[in-house]
Amino acid sequence: MNFVALRMLTGDRAKYLGLIFAIAFSTFLLQNQTSIFAGIMSRTGSQIADVTDADVWVMDPATEYFEETKALKDTDLLRVRGVPGVDYAVRLFKGQPVARTPEGNFSATVVLGLDDATLIGAPRKMVMGSWENLREPNSVVVDRAGYMLLFPGEPLELNRTLEMNDNLVRIAGISEASASFTSFPIIHARYSAAVNFLGRERSQMAFVLARGQPGVSAEELARRISDATGLRARTQNEFRWDCINYYLKHTGIPVNFGITITIAIVIGLVVSGQTFYLFTVENLKQFGALKAIGVTNARLMGMILLQALTAGFIGYAFGTGMAAVFFEIFSQKIATRGIVLMWQNVVGVGVLMFLVVIAASLLSIRRVLVLEPATVFRG
Amino acid sequence: MKTNTSANAVRCAGVQKHFGEGDARIHVLRGVDFEAKQGELTFLVGPSGCGKTTLISVITGLLDSTGGSVELFGANTRQLPPEEQIRFRRRNLGFVFQQYNLLPALTAAENAAVPLLAAGMKRREAVERAKALLVKLGLENRMDTLPSKLSGGQQQRVAMARALVHEPRLIVCDEPTAALDHATGESVMELLADSAVHPERAVIVVTHDNRVFHFADAVAHMDDGRITHSEQRN
Ligand SMILES: Nc1ncnc2c1ncn2[C@@H]1O[C@H](COP(=O)(O)OP(=O)(O)OP(=O)(O)O)[C@@H](O)[C@H]1O
Ligand SMILES: [Mg+2]
Repeated sequence: MNFVALRMLTGDRAKYLGLIFAIAFSTFLLQNQTSIFAGIMSRTGSQIADVTDADVWVMDPATEYFEETKALKDTDLLRVRGVPGVDYAVRLFKGQPVARTPEGNFSATVVLGLDDATLIGAPRKMVMGSWENLREPNSVVVDRAGYMLLFPGEPLELNRTLEMNDNLVRIAGISEASASFTSFPIIHARYSAAVNFLGRERSQMAFVLARGQPGVSAEELARRISDATGLRARTQNEFRWDCINYYLKHTGIPVNFGITITIAIVIGLVVSGQTFYLFTVENLKQFGALKAIGVTNARLMGMILLQALTAGFIGYAFGTGMAAVFFEIFSQKIATRGIVLMWQNVVGVGVLMFLVVIAASLLSIRRVLVLEPATVFRG
Repeated sequence: MKTNTSANAVRCAGVQKHFGEGDARIHVLRGVDFEAKQGELTFLVGPSGCGKTTLISVITGLLDSTGGSVELFGANTRQLPPEEQIRFRRRNLGFVFQQYNLLPALTAAENAAVPLLAAGMKRREAVERAKALLVKLGLENRMDTLPSKLSGGQQQRVAMARALVHEPRLIVCDEPTAALDHATGESVMELLADSAVHPERAVIVVTHDNRVFHFADAVAHMDDGRITHSEQRN
């Protein structure tokens, strides 16, 4: 009877396509919204992940996330270096000066000042030039998206100048940074140069970047540093999550997305569930005839489940395909780079759609089980 | 004539059926005594609303009665567990409905094969057997056609094939010619009389259509929930 069930499902083209479309669209909407949300949230700590040289980030206990920092004292660096198990610890400046181009464009930027001697924390993915050029006087590295923001429509080119707080600097390299939450250009410079970009706000040692000696795990190192210094010491991964959690807790973003996602879930579920349920209800006469002929309830249940799972699977596959194409296109765009269809969302939405389809088929099955087969005699 | 020709396929005694409770209670069957014999075409006739459809629903086990007894081939099927009753129906009963009730997504041959499929037969074999029967019923050119592309008479012949394909012992038809014009109705009834009637099978036809009465072996007249009289025709 399986082929009968499938034929019933696909027999009415319009109804069948409507059902597939409803499930595909819900799948697409859910995967799309949840992935964009996750992508935006992961941007809040993306600059932390870009620093590959540090296991542990040390900061003032009042610093909760990357964007807003309270300055550390110079002695804090020495105290961190004194903690047993620390291989190296270097300073990291962070400020948000305005950069101007000779053409008159300007934008707020995120400036990261790196330890002059080691350049630890320098960008490792370069599009043009080398991070080692930072050793040259008055040189900075700008990220590609930031460059395109400052020099719109112009080709990537080294040795152009920027002005920050009356300091003229030369672009000695263009890096490929992860998209930041604010979309400000990310500028790397030497620490000694970066402190001059800000003018009145001095002494902005925002973080100390530390790495453990061999055999000392990041977690262990972070625990030792915070115990010994009273500073906040977080592993790279912990600090990323701190940033994500900060935005989740203190901004309207999760609420806004939460509303959109909830609406997507409710509409998706109601539309797909309802469409399938109505599909069965419209076929009740056929199920009645099968019942009269002597098809058992167990068989009828199997038929309905098969119909539901088939429609669910095909719709889900189409929806996931649509989402994959969507993100394939948008992850190429500079503003939406890094926002990808995450497998967790694909799986999660799959589980959700599966539950919807099962719920809808249970309702449908109930209708068929209570159906009086005698109704087949009525016109 | 074989000895079992006159054996009772269906035997109803004092069958009662009411719908609803209290003031809303409608007494539809008020003590029906009815018989249908193997090898015969038995007509059940009577005015609209007298309870004919209800009676055959009770006989075929699609409805439960509220009183009296129904025996099919000498056995009280109501005493069987529900799954057994369904199996009994699948094996021994064939249905022809006024509205045909074919599955619109299946071809004529596949529709006719449904009772075999329901009994677990392989699709290819079931469809082959259905096709052989459709040839006998004059539908050899329409076997792979969907019901929506068939005329009313052709659809009713497919429905007949579906009722016959598993060689049941009792076939029940509710107004099989009511949706057909006279000539088509006549030819469908003729086919039914020729193909369905078999020494070990009983056929019950509910009808209003006095133009086809001459096909009957026996006629039971029903009015207001009772059989008022029965006549033997041949
Ligand atoms: N499920 C039901 N609930 C309530 N009343 C019902 C139900 N089924 C049938 N009836 C009533 O029982 C009576 C007999 O109905 P039935 O369909 O058996 O008549 P019938 O002889 O087949 O009529 P027709 O020739 O018009 O088909 C009618 O009054 C009908 O309204
Ligand atoms: Mg009727």
